Amino acid sequence: MARRVVITGVGVLAPGGLGVRDFWSLLSQGRTATRRITRFDPSPFRSQVAAEIDFVPAAHGLDPQESERMGRAAQFGVVAAREALADSGVAQTLAPQRTGVVMGTAGGAVAGLDAAYRSMSDERRLADVDPAHAPPWLYDHFVPSSFATEVAWAVGAEGPSAVIANGCTAGIDAVAHAVELIRENSADVMVAGATDAPITPVVMAAFDAVRATTTHNDEPTTASRPFDDSRDGFVLGEGAAVFVLEELHHARSRGAHVYAEVAGHASRSNAFHMTGLHPEGRELAEAVRAALHEARLDPRDLDYVNAHGSGTKLNDLHETQAYKLALGEHAHRVPVSSVKSMIGHAMGSVGAIEIAASVLAMEHHVVPPTANLHVPGPGCDLDYVPRVAREQRTDAVLTVGSGFGGFQSAMVLTRHDRSAP
Amino acid sequence: MSAGAVITGIGVLAPSGTGVKEFWDTTLIGKNMIGPVTRFDASAHQARLAGEIRGFDPAEHLPVRLVRQTDRMTQLALAAADQALADSGVRLETVPAHQRGVVTAVASGGSEFAQNELRKMGGAGGGHLSAYASFAWFPAVNSGQISVRNDLRGPAGALAGDHAAGLDALGQAGRRIRGGARLIVAGGVDAPVCSWAWAAHLSTGLLSTGRDPERAYLPFDAAARGHVLGEGGALMTVEDETAARARGAHTLYGRIAGHASTLDPRPGSGREPGLRRAAALALADAGCRPADVDVVFADAAGTPRADREEAEAITRLFGLRGVPVTAPKAAIGRLSSGGAPVDVVTALLAMRDGRIPATPQVEPVLTYGLDLVTGRSRTASVRTALVLARGHGGFNAALVLRAVD
Repeated sequence: MARRVVITGVGVLAPGGLGVRDFWSLLSQGRTATRRITRFDPSPFRSQVAAEIDFVPAAHGLDPQESERMGRAAQFGVVAAREALADSGVAQTLAPQRTGVVMGTAGGAVAGLDAAYRSMSDERRLADVDPAHAPPWLYDHFVPSSFATEVAWAVGAEGPSAVIANGCTAGIDAVAHAVELIRENSADVMVAGATDAPITPVVMAAFDAVRATTTHNDEPTTASRPFDDSRDGFVLGEGAAVFVLEELHHARSRGAHVYAEVAGHASRSNAFHMTGLHPEGRELAEAVRAALHEARLDPRDLDYVNAHGSGTKLNDLHETQAYKLALGEHAHRVPVSSVKSMIGHAMGSVGAIEIAASVLAMEHHVVPPTANLHVPGPGCDLDYVPRVAREQRTDAVLTVGSGFGGFQSAMVLTRHDRSAP
Repeated sequence: MSAGAVITGIGVLAPSGTGVKEFWDTTLIGKNMIGPVTRFDASAHQARLAGEIRGFDPAEHLPVRLVRQTDRMTQLALAAADQALADSGVRLETVPAHQRGVVTAVASGGSEFAQNELRKMGGAGGGHLSAYASFAWFPAVNSGQISVRNDLRGPAGALAGDHAAGLDALGQAGRRIRGGARLIVAGGVDAPVCSWAWAAHLSTGLLSTGRDPERAYLPFDAAARGHVLGEGGALMTVEDETAARARGAHTLYGRIAGHASTLDPRPGSGREPGLRRAAALALADAGCRPADVDVVFADAAGTPRADREEAEAITRLFGLRGVPVTAPKAAIGRLSSGGAPVDVVTALLAMRDGRIPATPQVEPVLTYGLDLVTGRSRTASVRTALVLARGHGGFNAALVLRAVD
């Protein structure tokens, strides 16, 4: 019989929401965590807004030595993983060799690398780096695979482990890979999610160069405006979400609380442009169709669509078009919202953070809103749940991601019915 | 793993040759291709030898527009993907668009491109970066560019696991085929020979600081003192076997029969590293016994400790001198995320020609108990090959390849 995979633990570290409780409070109240950048002087940049996390590693039990070795993104991942593990209650029965880790990331440890580059080039004065000034943690930051290692060490996992580095779909794809590993019987438990900490001068400059980020610098708290007519780019975010995924019987036999079943996933590529999107949304629609097929659901079964909704002109149209293609008439009935309106776009980790939002929507039967949405842009004609969360029965959710490289991913989460076989 | 995923095309760019023929000829001779670093001034670095690819001009392979927006890693990868698809003889338009995809391994990303952009950041922090900066160095760039260039509209992905991820990428290709894809371009290509990546690798303390190209990288030898870093890698066309046969594919190099990965216990645990378990699980996944394996391509990290651990893993599974083991990479260096896919190519060609290339320059430590193929290549029927790889942070991966009748 096919092995089914359920989520039994959730951990989140997001802007304005350190931990699941605060995260959900922010989303369900429709508050925003975007602001003028405080981590460095943003005045030289075209876009000066971000959704930052006020994070003190020591407050989360990380000692200075660990913190330095890990860097910010790995710290986020480890803290979220610990929360998920505690939430699941699985730690006591964990079999290390049957437990693996999959972490997603788009950018890796970019902040640490930039810091290392600066110190090794005498603040960019040297034309080349001086290896004598390499920090001891340089290679850990150079290879994002260290994120999986750090999480594995934190939770005691020795099974199949990987880092999925699929750009901005990495969060969804990492969780999906973990699901595959359990389904194929390579593991019984997977600790999986994604982390990114891209809010650095070099990343701001890189997105400035392609005008992908917002210029609503005078209104930082309302700068992220998915589907709104005044949207002009995304707001960079950061954070991590990590889940404990278990084979269904493994979870049942220990009486675990089951948040949701990961019922379907698919990814497709536009094969069109590294940063542009084909306006028809065909590949995203195809990913949605394939994910629904795997979940054996009809579009009409979906209660909520957790959108990518980055707030760029192109994405929000592309995505709206894809829903119409994939869901037909139901695209106009199902609520579609973007939590990026509140927490910004945390690159590769945001897909995992949005899975957390989807799971919590099912848990509370509340659909989080699209904040800052007042006047939908031309072509944006779906029900985007403007500004105010909505109470409604939520048993099946679609969450999607779209990213540079042309990657498009979709995942379907369903309420796990305890009476089902 | 089902019997479904076969390799029908090979693209390889390595210090030992670009293209299957040159690569294989050089590998069989065991000619040492390690030399002084020429791609940057390495005089400030303790390690000054590399396995470099000579004579690769990206402009011969790619349009100028694409050359400008890509790191060397991606240029090599695009050329390798072109080779792999051409070698397979597949007409892509006959494969449904959403059933053709790509999976690449990556260690870090486009390091040289990243370095150039990091250099441009002004003191005040508001540097003007290239319009390509947002995607030319991120880890998924090779998969993205390969999918765009070849119109691969199915699943795309990038796996990071340092030197080990190349095998995971091929294992993932097998999964994608089982999941309904018809064709996946899979493998890994890396280009760490720039001062930035070099400094990062050097900081691990695992690079050899030897000055003699013939003696700097000696895995399993008493004189082992670390590895030489190289560039390049391999991409392969992986197809659903039924579909490949139906279109009359001319070469079925081998089947991706089994794959597994594990992570070592946290350092200081005193427990056994995970390599043996990865190998055993991959064999089980392939439905093989150790006795079925005709050759093991070793990870060959080249430090006494790592070599001893690998030898223990192999001898515990196969017994003392129980299976031929080889590491032809001793002639070219370790190619970061590109190295394991090159080993897979070597294994496939060994299968094709019944010849196991040797581990050049090495005299193995006898107490390791390995039947290491040294000196000249060995003639043998190779029907099943096991490829091993390890990566920084405790990653272990194993891939089982089997000949296709």
